[in-house]
Amino acid sequence: MIPISWYLLLSAFLFACGVTGFLIKRNIITLFMSIELMLNGVNLSFIAFATRLGTLDGHIFVFFVMVVAAAEAAVGLAIIISVYRTRETLNVDRVNLLKL
Amino acid sequence: MHQFLFLLFGAFCVGGAINLLIQRKTINSALSLIVVMGSLALIYLLLGAEFVAIVQVIIYAGAIMVLYIFVIMLLNAGQEEDAKGSNVAKIFGIPGLFAGGMIGIWVLLQHRPEEKLIPIGALYGPADKVGMMLFTKYLLAFEVTSILVLIAIMGAVVLARRSNS
Repeated sequence: MIPISWYLLLSAFLFACGVTGFLIKRNIITLFMSIELMLNGVNLSFIAFATRLGTLDGHIFVFFVMVVAAAEAAVGLAIIISVYRTRETLNVDRVNLLKL
Repeated sequence: MHQFLFLLFGAFCVGGAINLLIQRKTINSALSLIVVMGSLALIYLLLGAEFVAIVQVIIYAGAIMVLYIFVIMLLNAGQEEDAKGSNVAKIFGIPGLFAGGMIGIWVLLQHRPEEKLIPIGALYGPADKVGMMLFTKYLLAFEVTSILVLIAIMGAVVLARRSNS
């Protein structure tokens, strides 16, 4: 028997790690992986609450989140390849065409 | 036993997430992310969500991470460079983040509702029930999802194509 707050704490920790990685990392691929970490943390919350409430709707939501994550990964990695071709770098600090 | 399993896999999750942050090589970050996803799948199994656990392993730890590692190796992404970051961010950022997290946890603990324990496997999420729900209650969303994936595939092909001009 495990209280639901443990799951929520783990989920919050994973989400916070994702936010931190997104803010402090400079490699564009690592930024995308941090986004995946955040999505995973949210998924854990969905499953924990689905178990708590006794419905299966949370499982469906997790399924949709996974589909969106897959689509995001495909398009995002294509963008990364395109950026690397034009800018020859993966460092987000050097991708600054829109910067004043 | 259940608490032990949860703590074990939770520790794997936490360790993988922290390792993702402190590793400087991109490939090491990707591998620790796989550790996080695998142990999350086991935690889903502890919660009784069989379908989600299997899908987590197949889609997340399988397909998506293979795509990431493929791109990392294709682009030869090595170590990340040091940024000329401001000292203000280093001095105030980390304690500020820590304090913010502590305040968040404290608020959560103050406003905690009555603690109801989850029995392990209280609700099974077998594939047939989840699939039935997916094709009846959430049919429209499911079909829209297929269009989304189609658009994503076309977008990926167009974006990654080498222009002829």
